[in-house]
Amino acid sequence: MNDKVHPLERLEGLEPRNRKFWDSAFRWLCIFVASTSIFFLLVLLGSVLLIGVKTLNWNFLTHYPEPLPENAGIGPAIWGTIWVCIVCGCLALPTGVATAIFLEEFKPRNRWLRKFHSFVQLNITNLAGVPSVVYGILGLTLFVSMAGVFGTPKEPAVSVGVDYFDQFFSAGEKALLIPIEDASAPATVVTEGMKAMNTDGEWVDVNVVKSRRRLPKDAEARKYALISGRESGRIEKASWYYFRLPFGRSVLAGAFTLMLVILPVVIISSQEAIRAVPRSLREAGLGLGATPWQVVRNVTLPAAIPGIMTGAILSMSRAIGEAAPILILAGAVFLTASPGNLMDNFTVMPLQIFDWAGRPIKEFHSLAASGIILLLGILFLFNSVAVIIRQFTQKQNS
Amino acid sequence: MATLTKPESDTESEGTPKRKTDFRFRSLRSTYIKEWGVKSLLLVCATLSIFTTFAIVAVLFTEATRFFQHDNVYCDAVIAEDGDRVCKAFVGTSTKITAGTEQACPECGHMHMMPAEITVVDFISGTKWNPLLGRESEKEFGVWALISATLMVSGIAMCLALPLGLITAIYLSEYASPRVRATIKPTLEVLAGIPTVVYGFFALTVITPTLQIFHGGFGTFNAMAGGIAVGILCLPIVSSLVEDALQAVPRALREGAYGLGATKFEVSTKVVVPAALSGIISAFLLAVSRAVGETMIVALAVGSRPQLSLDPRNDMQTMTGWMVQMALGDVSNYDVEYLSMYAVAAVLFLITLALTFTGNIVRSRFREEYQ
Repeated sequence: MNDKVHPLERLEGLEPRNRKFWDSAFRWLCIFVASTSIFFLLVLLGSVLLIGVKTLNWNFLTHYPEPLPENAGIGPAIWGTIWVCIVCGCLALPTGVATAIFLEEFKPRNRWLRKFHSFVQLNITNLAGVPSVVYGILGLTLFVSMAGVFGTPKEPAVSVGVDYFDQFFSAGEKALLIPIEDASAPATVVTEGMKAMNTDGEWVDVNVVKSRRRLPKDAEARKYALISGRESGRIEKASWYYFRLPFGRSVLAGAFTLMLVILPVVIISSQEAIRAVPRSLREAGLGLGATPWQVVRNVTLPAAIPGIMTGAILSMSRAIGEAAPILILAGAVFLTASPGNLMDNFTVMPLQIFDWAGRPIKEFHSLAASGIILLLGILFLFNSVAVIIRQFTQKQNS
Repeated sequence: MATLTKPESDTESEGTPKRKTDFRFRSLRSTYIKEWGVKSLLLVCATLSIFTTFAIVAVLFTEATRFFQHDNVYCDAVIAEDGDRVCKAFVGTSTKITAGTEQACPECGHMHMMPAEITVVDFISGTKWNPLLGRESEKEFGVWALISATLMVSGIAMCLALPLGLITAIYLSEYASPRVRATIKPTLEVLAGIPTVVYGFFALTVITPTLQIFHGGFGTFNAMAGGIAVGILCLPIVSSLVEDALQAVPRALREGAYGLGATKFEVSTKVVVPAALSGIISAFLLAVSRAVGETMIVALAVGSRPQLSLDPRNDMQTMTGWMVQMALGDVSNYDVEYLSMYAVAAVLFLITLALTFTGNIVRSRFREEYQ
């Protein structure tokens, strides 16, 4: 609008009839184009439902992704999503809200601090535009392998809450466990008079024999008989508090990476919620002699909490649907069990869907569609909670 | 300095009767310390975002440097008599020795094949991406083969998302009645909230077969289907950002134009859109940056053959597609292919950063102020 000619002067040559025609033509074009988005949504949901609804059953929800499509399920991926999202939420929400409070409520007067302040703000805007796959690569180096500073995930420099065993199978097909120092210890050699643990954790004497012929005939005695020279397999038993550095391809690495992905979203939405609190409320608090933090804790935060919650729920639904960073840092893993601690391998629902969708066999496509129905159902639930919170508070405020 | 505070029940001395109006003066020192502590805690949280940026830059560029130095060969032979020590001696660099020739380790005599030389110039200007087939010396790393596919997919996506998003935004902002808004707005929000892997599945199982009905030349994986899916993904982003920009145009401008006898079409296209142009351009740039970084759709629907091609019926490999292939494959962490992932990620990061930065500058610098 900087040019001197007024825009409407350009219309002089046009007949009123033509102008009316263009107006109504454009209106119809608008209606047509705007309804294409509804069309896209309907086709997308319809096709997914059509392909996936017949394989969506209890089996599908509980089984692990077996190689045969009839038996395959999404169980470990559901639990993986729950684990990762809960840990990610516990990390990202407090940090994000704290950053938003810092940016909105503690604006410094010092010149250098003010520069720092606007730098953080600019930085967050730019971080929101970084593709999530780049965060995956960051997580791969920073969390999974920790740039090699703490050794490899297989031989971690720091590890708490894990015991390593050499496992033998006795002649009676019973597992016998020998505790060892750490994962890199040399393999245990079968010797006479050896003691071992059975699977219940009790110490038992092992009867070591030289050859197969000398094995005892009694089935009960065979359970604790070993032929010398048997090779062992190394297993690990982790407690619920198992922790190691580096994290490896674990739940914690995934949660940290997702935290970095959703942090800008949490910060920006919390900032908007805090900004929406009327200035007069804060000034009343300050006027009563409250310190800035007291104002934040007792006035601003309670007033902004519905907005912050809405933003938090929306960012968590982003975390649930995010596949690219998890794909980069966890790769395609085949898991038969759900994660049991923070250092377990994991997979998430979008990743499992990706795995099935990428296979050439049609049956797997229908499994992927079932997974999508489930995923969209969860996201729909999350979003409706956000909408309910929004409407509830709108009524309260008016 | 002191403040009036209500004593807490545990600090109250025993025996004194509890009165509701018992206020007494308390030192401010503990409040100051608490205030300072909270403030520093918040500062630490805010610093995390800066740390993230530095970590991204540091990780991408140190690993990319390792990629470009990969033509320096170090001996990896195991010396048995030395207690299984790995030799690690410097053998040579292919900038001095022709690629493909064998070179002996100066310390242990183990023979090494010299790899192809990877220079930054070759990487940035090359058009052939061929790291997996062929011998060590024949590997080619020309990132344009990947960038061209990314541009192709993003271009198709923008051809769909920009006009549709712009017109939808104009409709929502200027024409739609509250009742129509109440159906279209949530639809767009739902579209924006659908995970990208769902769009990838949609592209593979619905869009590609539909395209094949119209034209037989489309392969199972093609750039067109991926581009259309990315376009649908970007549509709600464009429309919501553009709508925000259009709504920021003051009412008085519209009223003025209506007062001069303009039709709604004329007001929308000749007054409101030009007035909101900076916001619209910045929305477009942000959408492009989103399309360039899109991963799951292209990994599922666009294929994995890196090639420089202008035919949208072909399968191609985008930058993000290559990263996914590397993450899925079982290449060793020290292989040159694996390190190339970081170099490609650095290029992607720079492209999206430039787009976001330009978008923000356009929005803040070229904004028309009417107040």
